[in-house]
Amino acid sequence: MSGQKKSGTFVRLMKLLFQFYPRMLPLIILLIVLNAILGALPSIFQQKVIAVMEQAWNNGWDWEMTRPMVMHLVLILAVLYILAMACTLVYNQLLAVFTQGTLDKFRVNMFEHMESLPIRYFDTNQRGDIMSYYTNDVDAMRQMISQSFPQLLVSLITVVTILCIMMYYSVLMGLVIVAGAIVTITITKRIGGKSAKFFMKQQKEIGRTEGVIEEMIAGQKVIKVFNHEEDAQKKFDEANESLFQSSYLANRYANTLMPIINNVNYLIYVAVAVAGGLFLELKVPNLSLSGLPFSIAVIVPFLGMSRQFAGSIQQISPQINSVVMGMAGAKRMFELLDEEPEYDEGYVELVNAKETDGELTEAEEKTGLWAWKHYHKEENTTTYVPLRGDVRMFDVDFAYNPDKVILHNITLYAKPGQKVAFVGATGAGKTTITNLINRFYDIADGKVRYDGININKIKKPSLRKSLGMVLQDTVLFTGTVMDNIRYGRLDATDEECIEAAKLAGAHGFIRHLPQGYQTMLSGDGSNLSQGQCQLLAIARAAVADPPVMILDEATSSIDTRTEQIVSEGMDRLMQGRTVFVIAHRLSTVKNSNVIIVLDQGHIIERGTHDELIAARGQYYQLYTGAFELE
Amino acid sequence: MIKKLMESLREFKRATILTPVYIVGEVLLEALIPYVIALLINDIRAGCATDVIFDYAWKLVVLSVLSLVFGYLSGVYCSKASTGFARNLRADIFRNIQQYSFSNIDKFSNASLVTRLTTDIQNIQMAFMMVIRTAIRAPLNLIFSFIMAYIMGGPMALIFVVVIPVLGFGLLTIAKKALPIFRKGFPMYDALNNSVEENIKGIRVVKAYVREDYEIEKMKKDSANIREIFTKAERLLAFNMPLMQLCIYMVMLFVLSFGSRQIIVSGGQALDVGQFSTLLTYSFQILVSLMMLSMIFVMVTFSEESCQRVYEALQEKSTITSPENGEKRVADGSIDFDHVVFQYSETAEEPVLDNIDLHIRSGETIGIIGGTGSAKSSLVQLIPRLYDVSEGTVKVGGRDVRDYDLTMLRDSVAMVLQKNVLFSGTIAENIRWGNKDASLDEVKEVCHLACADEFIDRMPKGYDTYIEQGGTNVSGGQKQRLCIARALLKRPKILILDDSTSAVDTRTDALIRKAMRTYIPETTKIIIAQRTSSVEDADRIIVMDGGRIDAIGTSEELLKTNKIYREVYLSQNRQGCEEIEKDYVNAGEEGLA
Repeated sequence: MSGQKKSGTFVRLMKLLFQFYPRMLPLIILLIVLNAILGALPSIFQQKVIAVMEQAWNNGWDWEMTRPMVMHLVLILAVLYILAMACTLVYNQLLAVFTQGTLDKFRVNMFEHMESLPIRYFDTNQRGDIMSYYTNDVDAMRQMISQSFPQLLVSLITVVTILCIMMYYSVLMGLVIVAGAIVTITITKRIGGKSAKFFMKQQKEIGRTEGVIEEMIAGQKVIKVFNHEEDAQKKFDEANESLFQSSYLANRYANTLMPIINNVNYLIYVAVAVAGGLFLELKVPNLSLSGLPFSIAVIVPFLGMSRQFAGSIQQISPQINSVVMGMAGAKRMFELLDEEPEYDEGYVELVNAKETDGELTEAEEKTGLWAWKHYHKEENTTTYVPLRGDVRMFDVDFAYNPDKVILHNITLYAKPGQKVAFVGATGAGKTTITNLINRFYDIADGKVRYDGININKIKKPSLRKSLGMVLQDTVLFTGTVMDNIRYGRLDATDEECIEAAKLAGAHGFIRHLPQGYQTMLSGDGSNLSQGQCQLLAIARAAVADPPVMILDEATSSIDTRTEQIVSEGMDRLMQGRTVFVIAHRLSTVKNSNVIIVLDQGHIIERGTHDELIAARGQYYQLYTGAFELE
Repeated sequence: MIKKLMESLREFKRATILTPVYIVGEVLLEALIPYVIALLINDIRAGCATDVIFDYAWKLVVLSVLSLVFGYLSGVYCSKASTGFARNLRADIFRNIQQYSFSNIDKFSNASLVTRLTTDIQNIQMAFMMVIRTAIRAPLNLIFSFIMAYIMGGPMALIFVVVIPVLGFGLLTIAKKALPIFRKGFPMYDALNNSVEENIKGIRVVKAYVREDYEIEKMKKDSANIREIFTKAERLLAFNMPLMQLCIYMVMLFVLSFGSRQIIVSGGQALDVGQFSTLLTYSFQILVSLMMLSMIFVMVTFSEESCQRVYEALQEKSTITSPENGEKRVADGSIDFDHVVFQYSETAEEPVLDNIDLHIRSGETIGIIGGTGSAKSSLVQLIPRLYDVSEGTVKVGGRDVRDYDLTMLRDSVAMVLQKNVLFSGTIAENIRWGNKDASLDEVKEVCHLACADEFIDRMPKGYDTYIEQGGTNVSGGQKQRLCIARALLKRPKILILDDSTSAVDTRTDALIRKAMRTYIPETTKIIIAQRTSSVEDADRIIVMDGGRIDAIGTSEELLKTNKIYREVYLSQNRQGCEEIEKDYVNAGEEGLA
C-alpha cells in the first residue's frame, strides 16, 4: 500500500478489517443485513392478521373459520422470528470474536511497529501520547467496531425498509412520518450538541481536578509541615466546584433528552393518528404503490411504524458521534503505523567463531569466541574479524535537527580495555556521544569504527549486542529479579545470573528479599531502593558480558553505604572492558585512561586526571567545586 | 457503609427525593398513554368521526406534555443529585485527607488516594444516578405495564408471568457469569498497558539489549490472553440480545394467535384491535425494564468496590489531633527527648527508636549522620509532631509537644523534608508557603540565604517563573534550595533539614550553612546529611545506628572515638587531600552533571 497515495482512513481501515477476517467479516455483515430486514417484516404480518380479523368481522366468521388463516400467518411469522433469532445469535457471537480479535491485532501491530521505531521517535513524542494509542484510540475503535457500525447498519436498513413499506401503503402518511422524524432529529441534534459540548468541558474539568488532586496528594506531607491544609482545600474546592457545574450541565442535557424525545414521539404519533383520521374522514385519495385505498388496515400499521421509524433515526445520531471518535482513533493508529522504522543497512554480523589452524571460522555452537563476519562484495570473499572492543571516532559531527549542530569534530580512540570518561555540564553532549556509538542516533559527518569496521556496515542488532549499557535512570521490567537479570542474555542459566548478581554486589540484598531471586518486581521498581535498582542494572549488564560498556553514573544521592556497593559493582563491571563512562565519581575519573571534558559539543580538554589537574583548566575548576555549571 | 456515604448528600437530599417522585409521575403517564392510544385505534377502526379523533388528540397532547415535564424534571433533578453527591463526596474525602497525620498518609499509597478521589467517585456517581433513576423506573415500569396489560388483555397478560421469570433468570445468569470474567480481565488489560508503557519508558534498554523480538513475543502472548478472556465474556453477553428477542417473539406469537382468537370469539368485546397492538407495546416495555434491571445489577456490583474504597478513606481517623486550648506560644528552640521509644505501627516487633535521651539547647546546630534505616528521619519527625512517640516525651521549649496547638507548633518548627515537592505556581508563590504575607524583599532575602537567587536571577521571568507541577522544570539542586528558602521564610524557632542539600554542590552547601549561622543564629538547626562535610562544623554531631544514638560529639572528637563516623568520613575523603580542600566530587549533580 505504501508508495501509493494514501487512501482515506475509512477505506484503509476497511481493507485492514477484511484482511484480518476475509470470511468472517462478510458473513457478519450479511447476517446483520438479513437480521435488520427480518426485523422490519413482522409489522407487515401483524397488519395482515388485523386485515384477516377485519374480514372475519365484516363477514361474521367464527373462530373455526378464521383460525386456519390466522395460524397460517402466525406460522410464517414464527419461521421469520426463528430466522431472525438465529441471525442475531450467530452474528452477536461472531461479532464478539471479531471485535476482540481485531483489537488484539491492532495492539500487536502497533506494538510490533513501535518496537521497530528509532529512538528519535521516543525522544520527540510524549510517553502519554504514545500510550493513548493503546488506551484511548483502541477504546474508541472498539466502540465503533462492536457497536456503532452494526447499529448504524441496522438503523439504516430499518429506515430504508420502513420507507419502502410506507411507500407501499401510502405516500401521504409516509410524508407525515418523515416530517415527524425531521422534528425529532432536529431536537436530538440541538440537545445532543449541547450535551456533547458540556461533556467535552466536563472531560477537561476532570483532567484539571485530577491534576490538582495528584499534586496535593503528592505534596500532602509538605502541606502538613507548612500548615497549608486550608489553602489546599480551597484550591481543591475551586476545581471541584467547576467540575460539578460542567458535569451537572452535561448530565442534565443527556438525561432530559430521552424523556423529551419519547414524548415528542408520542406527539408525532398523535399527529399521525389525526392525519390518518382526517384522510379517512375527508376521503382523500390514497397515493401508494399498492394502490390500496385509505382504510383502517392502512392507517393502523402506520402508527406502529411511526415509532419504529423515529426510533431508528434516533439511533443514528449518537452512533455518528462515536464513529467520528473511532475514525479519529483509526487515523492516529495509522499515523503510528506509518512512522518510518529504524533503518538498518548493515550487513556485517556478529557470529560465534572458532579458531582452527590460526584461522577464524564460523561455528554453529556457542564458543565464547565472537567474530565479525564481514562479506566483501567486490572480491566476493568473507573475512572474520575477532571481536575485541576497539572503538574510534573520527571528526564526528552530529545534530538532532539539521540546523543545530550538537557535536563538533569529535575524535577519540578507545583501545580494548581502555576507559574513557566524559565530563562536562548538562547539555555539553556527553550522552549524545554515547548515543552515537550504539547508533541510537546516526552521525551527520565523520566516521565511527568498531574493531576497524565502519559501524554503519554492522547490523544494528549485532552492534548493540557487542555493547553493554547501564543508564542513569534505571529501568526495570515487571517480572522476577531473576527475569530482570536474565534480560541481559536470555539463555543465561540461573547460576550465571546469580554469578552476575554477585559481581554487581546485588546478591546480598536479593537474598534478603521475601522470595529471593523469585521476588516479583513492579515495573518502576517501587519495591526497591534506587541503589538496589542500579545494582540490578549492573548485574543485567554483567550477564550480557559485552566487550564494550557504556555507563552513565547516577548522580542522585543514595546513602553512603549503598553508594559504595554500587561503585564497587561498577568498578568490577568495568574491569577488562572498553568503557565509555559519563562520570560523576572521582574514583572513576581518576582511574580513566583518558578524561574528555566537553563544553557545548566541543572537546575542550583531554588527558589523564593528573595531567588535567596540572593544567589548571576547566577540569580543575569543576573538580574543586569552585565552578558551578548548570 | 452506605449510610456513611449518604451523609455527603446534604443539600442534594431534596433533589434525590424529588427524582423518584417525578419518575413515578412519568412512568404512570407513560403507562397511560398507550392505553388511550388503544382506545383511539379502536374508535378509528370503528369508523368514528373526526371530532372524536380530535378529542383523543388533545387528551394525548396533554398527557404527553405532562409526561414530558415530569420526565424533564426527573432528568434535571437526578443529574443534580448525582453530580452534587459526587462533588460533596469528593470534597469530604479531600477534607478528611487534609486531617490525616503522617501515619495515616503512609497507610494509603498516593496512587490509591488519587483513584479514590477520581475513578471511584466517578463510578459511584454513575451507580447513584442509576439507582435513583433507573432502579426506580424499571420496576415501576414493569409493574404498571403488567397491570395495564392485564386490564386490557385480561388472562392473556398471564403470559408475562411465564416470560418475566424466564428472562429475568436468563439475564441475571449471564450477568453473574460474565462479571467474574470481566473482573479477571480488567487487571490483565491494565497489566498489558503497563508493560507497553514500560517498553516506551525503557526503549533504550530494550534496544541496547536487542530485545525487540523478545518484547513483541511477550506482548503477543499477553494480548492473546486478553483477547481470549474478553471474547469469552463478550460472547456470554452476546446471548442477551437473542434472549430478549426470544421473549419478545414468544409474546408476539402468543398475543397474535390467542389474541385474534379472543377478538373473534368474543366478537370484539374482550379484546379489540387497538388493545391488541398496545399489548405488544406493553410487552416490549416490560422486557426492556428487565434488561435495565440486569444492567443495574452489573453497575451496582461494579461500584461496590469503589464504595468500599471511598468509605475507607472517609472512615480513616487522624491519629494526631490538636489538643483543645493548646499552648499557643513556643518559648524557645530547646528540644528534649526523654526516654523516647517510637514505632510506626503498634504491631511492629522492634521499635524504630529505642529509648532515646537527647537534650538540645536553643540555638545549637546539630548534625545527624547514619546509614539507611538508622532512624535519623524518624527522630526529627517527632519534633513537629508529624508522628507521636510510643513511649516517653518529646519537649520543645520545655513543654511536651502534645500540649501545643498543632498549627503553632508546626509554624515554630520548620522542616525541609527529604522527599520534597514544589507546587505549580510561580517561584514567589512557592516561597510564600512559608509566610503568605511576606513582601517580595523578604522572599528575595531568604532566596539569597539559600543561594537560590543566583539561578532565579538568571531566569527570564525571575521570581515570576512558573514552576511546573512537581517542580519538573528545575534541577534537583535548585529544587532543594527553593525548599530551604521556603522553610527559612517561616523564621522558625527550630529548623530541620532532612538530607536537604544532597544535590547541591559542596561549595554552595557550605555557603548556605554559613548564611544560616549569621542570619538565624538563635534558631536551633538540625541537619541530617549523607556527607560528613555538611555536618563537620556543627556544634555537635549525633551518630545514629539501628534506632539508637551511637555517639554524640564534635567532628574532631568523633573522628577519634567513633568507628562509624570515622568510616563514613574516610570513605568520603579517602582520595587524599593533596592540594584540594574539599575532595569529594559530589560536586555531583550541579558540578559535573
